[in-house]
Amino acid sequence: MSSFQGVERSGMATVRHGLSLTPEFRKGLAGTLVLAVVATVGKIIVPIAVQQTIDTGLGGAAPDLAYVRTAVLLCAAAVVLTALCAYLMNVRLYRATESSLATLRVRGFRHVHDLSVLTQNSERRGALVSRVTGDVDQISTFMQWGGLMIIIALGQLLVATVLMFVYSWQLTLTVWACFLPLMVVLPRFQRWLSSAYTRVRERTGDMLSAVSESVVGAAVIRAHGSEARTAERLDVAIDANKAAQARTQRVVATVFPLTEIVAAVALAAVVLVGVRLGLAGEITVGRLVAFLFLITLFVSPMQIATEVLNEAQNAIAGWRRILGVLDTPPDVADPGPEGVELPRGPISVSFEDVGFSYPGGVPVLHEVSVDIPPRSRIAVVGETGSGKTTFAKLLTRLMDPASGRITVDGHDLRTVRFSSLRRRIVMVPQDGFLFDGTLAENIAFGRPSATEEEIRLAMTELGLADWLEGLPAGLSTRVGQRGESLSAGERQLVALARAYLADPDLLLLDEATSAVDPATEVRLARALEGATRGRTAVSIAHRLSTAEAADEVFVFDRGRIVQRGPHAELVRQPGVYADLHASWVSSARS
Amino acid sequence: MASKVTGAVMRQGLGVLGVAIRAEKSIFAAAVLSSALYGLMTVAAAWALGWATDHVVLPAFENGRITTGALAFGALLILGVSLLKALGVAGRRYFAGVMQYRMQARSRRDVTRQYLRLPLAWHHRHPTGQLLSNAGSDVEAAWAPLAPLPMAVGVVVMLVTAAVAMVITDPILALVGFLVFPAIAVLNLVYQRRLNPLATRAQQLRAEVSEIAHESFDGALVVKTLGREDEETARFLAKANELRDANIAVGRVRGLFDPVLEALPTLGVLAVLLIGAMRLESGAIGSGVLVQVAYLFTLLAFPIRALGWVLAELPRAVVGYQRIRAVLDATGSMEHGAVELTGAAPARLEVRDLGYAYGDGDFPVLHDVSLKVAPGRTVALVGPTGSGKSTLAQTFVRLVDPARGAVLLDGTDLREVTRGGVSDAVALVPQQTFLFDDTVRGNVTLGLPVGDEDVWAALRLAQAEGFVSALPSGLDTQVGERGTSLSGGQRQRVALARALVRRPRLLVLDDATSSVDPQVEARILYGLRDAAQVSTVVVIAYRMATIALADEVVYLEHGRVVDQGGHAELLVRCEGYRNLVTAYERQEAEREALDAEQEEEVSA
Repeated sequence: MSSFQGVERSGMATVRHGLSLTPEFRKGLAGTLVLAVVATVGKIIVPIAVQQTIDTGLGGAAPDLAYVRTAVLLCAAAVVLTALCAYLMNVRLYRATESSLATLRVRGFRHVHDLSVLTQNSERRGALVSRVTGDVDQISTFMQWGGLMIIIALGQLLVATVLMFVYSWQLTLTVWACFLPLMVVLPRFQRWLSSAYTRVRERTGDMLSAVSESVVGAAVIRAHGSEARTAERLDVAIDANKAAQARTQRVVATVFPLTEIVAAVALAAVVLVGVRLGLAGEITVGRLVAFLFLITLFVSPMQIATEVLNEAQNAIAGWRRILGVLDTPPDVADPGPEGVELPRGPISVSFEDVGFSYPGGVPVLHEVSVDIPPRSRIAVVGETGSGKTTFAKLLTRLMDPASGRITVDGHDLRTVRFSSLRRRIVMVPQDGFLFDGTLAENIAFGRPSATEEEIRLAMTELGLADWLEGLPAGLSTRVGQRGESLSAGERQLVALARAYLADPDLLLLDEATSAVDPATEVRLARALEGATRGRTAVSIAHRLSTAEAADEVFVFDRGRIVQRGPHAELVRQPGVYADLHASWVSSARS
Repeated sequence: MASKVTGAVMRQGLGVLGVAIRAEKSIFAAAVLSSALYGLMTVAAAWALGWATDHVVLPAFENGRITTGALAFGALLILGVSLLKALGVAGRRYFAGVMQYRMQARSRRDVTRQYLRLPLAWHHRHPTGQLLSNAGSDVEAAWAPLAPLPMAVGVVVMLVTAAVAMVITDPILALVGFLVFPAIAVLNLVYQRRLNPLATRAQQLRAEVSEIAHESFDGALVVKTLGREDEETARFLAKANELRDANIAVGRVRGLFDPVLEALPTLGVLAVLLIGAMRLESGAIGSGVLVQVAYLFTLLAFPIRALGWVLAELPRAVVGYQRIRAVLDATGSMEHGAVELTGAAPARLEVRDLGYAYGDGDFPVLHDVSLKVAPGRTVALVGPTGSGKSTLAQTFVRLVDPARGAVLLDGTDLREVTRGGVSDAVALVPQQTFLFDDTVRGNVTLGLPVGDEDVWAALRLAQAEGFVSALPSGLDTQVGERGTSLSGGQRQRVALARALVRRPRLLVLDDATSSVDPQVEARILYGLRDAAQVSTVVVIAYRMATIALADEVVYLEHGRVVDQGGHAELLVRCEGYRNLVTAYERQEAEREALDAEQEEEVSA
């Protein structure tokens, strides 16, 4: 389910609002439209030329070749002129749409990052990516093809009809009488096509995720010998996709021929009626023949109408989705330049009656009041679901408390400028996400200005120099997509180095070394103890060895801090901590 | 990347089309015949109008009389021709689409079959994204020219018929056509050659923009916690602007050629009018001919572009097809032997001088590993991060074959065992849990014909019975893509049940309970110890409680077996092992000593 708080809008309102966000598009739009109108007039040059040649040039007793020559040359000049207009219009249209959509893309991208982790996590990542890629592309396709086609098609029908009226109103009515029923049923075809395309999209999605399962789950499939079953699942998905695709062809294979037949009926009707009008002297031969050419201008608008309408729907849907993202206010907002800039130095934090619950969920944190003095080392322990990670997310302002407040050096966390906050308080999450690039680039992610020596020094201070030496290309080792060339434990080492190099005043570790082997973890813990001396450090402990080293331990149980104090003290009291510790000791020791 | 229509690409492209035509002969024949009908009837439509002009319209205007017969015939002619043309259009569109989709489905089946057939080592060498696009966009690209292909064939028929018709009608006017239409064809070719590299580049950039967005959103938490939103936006902006410029470059070429291609036939019609008027004056032709030729030009103007569409798709098709071919031609499939593993007793595992390296032997991870596990025994594999434990575990289920040495089960080299024989006897629970978008039951059985009782028994042993029975639909609950509706610990327990339900004779657990709470893990392990009466167990773990359950420990370092024996023995004689497993205790001991010192100082 999408959590985006899209405002309900009609199709037109969506387009208007979307366009208002992209001023590049509106700039010069009038000029582009004028060019489009002139370009459209080019379509009726041939019927006019035919009519003039037959009626005036050849209509008299003796053919007036000089007149034909002049008429043809004038028409040729007009053709060249309208082609030029079409070229200019195209270039302007491409430039305007691409520029405005690039802006929209980047705005959407930035906004996704500005949204809170809650909103980010409630959406599927793939869906967020689509907002700034596929959805924008859909609008772009529409603006450059479908939208343009609507203008051209309508213009074409309009100028053709006007010229027809000039030639003969009776024949004009005849032609419209033939095409009108088709126009009435076209929206029905569009709905048919649209549902067929929707089906294709769904089936293609199913097919791709089946393929993805068979690739990502390759090891499991082999380990349990379930190849035959996987093959069967794949076949079902592939065939369903094929069937859905074939269904769209049936729609197209109906609309196109139908238009041809209607056009033929119109032609025959024009000949039948036209000949009678001719007998009555109400129309000239040239005009009648010109009608035969004008009818061809009705064919292509009808044939593409279903596709264009369908694209228009897609584009509006795409626009709606992007606006849905942009309309969602970042619930954890940056106070911006007016916000407080924290001076560097040891940090103190205080939680005052802080409560939190996830949207639509039960409270996970109740009236937590606790002080973290500057330069202290805090360990946060508790069972899964006790509120530890929520505490960490509130402390780093990834989320805001539902009640109470959190202050940093006496300032409400909500008033601190993000640029300042993120420099001073850094969290290392459990999942060591790395970007596709070298080790050096990843470690320097939080401080791109860092030199290679600084990176090496940081690694040495963390006791990771040996590990670094053991890598095939040292700091230039490529980590692969999402860091997958490294093991889970190694990724955590890099993530830790990355946060350490960013040089924060408060370092928060959220089970940041859970996948590292015990010997390395102990070495790392010792190194961190030295390296973070003089700073505030909070670690959410996976293994209780961390708690033993802390100045103070916060013990969480069902959303409350139930015990706090140094390890030596807590372990002697009966309670949650003693139980946790006993269980840990039994699992970790011989 | 091939993006230009060169001679070589043309030849290869025709080869690709040939593959499809041979595979779908009858559908292709139906599509081409329909399209030929469409081509013929397009020319016939112009002729019908010419006839109607000469025999119906002009007599009426010149002589003021109409014969009802001629009028009716003219109208029926126009309608009849167009009905046939409509039939041709319908058949062309429908069969072309069906052919394209059939070929796509066929290639997708072949490619995914191959994915399932190829050994895991092959999968390791190819990034996931690449394998996904091989079955997705590459298949689409390979068969994209099939959609316009029948139309192009029809257009050729149309052009030949039109040429013949024009020459017969009036050779002089035909000359205009012979100038205009080849010009359009050539211009179209130039158009596609200019457009293709630009379009390819735009496509490439679109993929890159999407990659950045993917990566950046996946790493959103890191971006946020380090406050790098501005830099990430700048990175995305740069690529988005590149894409914008590439698209504008495409637009400039399209914007130029489209109007020119449209103007050319229009100019041709004007030329026909001018020359036709002269011919008319000299009495060489009648008005009907003039109308017929001018109308034919109007009708031909658009379809002739279909030739260009096929050409435009060819370079991408060739690349797509080559990528598919690379998958289909990949060798190194896992060979299976003919030995049936019989018996239901716990298996005896033996590893002899085993060596393994990733890549093309560039990253050796295991060297001369030898070990033996007696039937029914439990052995723990212990070693630091990156010591090769998981790779070794994978060789036990033949996910990868050793480069040197062998893995033997009850004395039989795994490579001698029949297809499916190894997975019937051995079950691995990997470190990274993978669940399918299916029900809990489907994820446990994976198609194995077992009753719900067995499924529940396995879940009970994996300590998963409680939470599964609390799920809204129990065993029928859908777990979502990759099992997202379950927690990490729950997923691990389902994956464990999946291995247990197979009653393996050798069970390999690769850090398989790392996300499970220690108390629950202990219950699982005690349960397994009882079940160990029916299977041999190899377990990879860091937790002391897990190791303590093993009869024997094998300690690995840098891909070599350093020592093996009882836990107590190893503690005494193996320093690396001792350092690893007692790290926490030593840390605490040091700290206590330090505290004692400090207390002494304070009290002193």
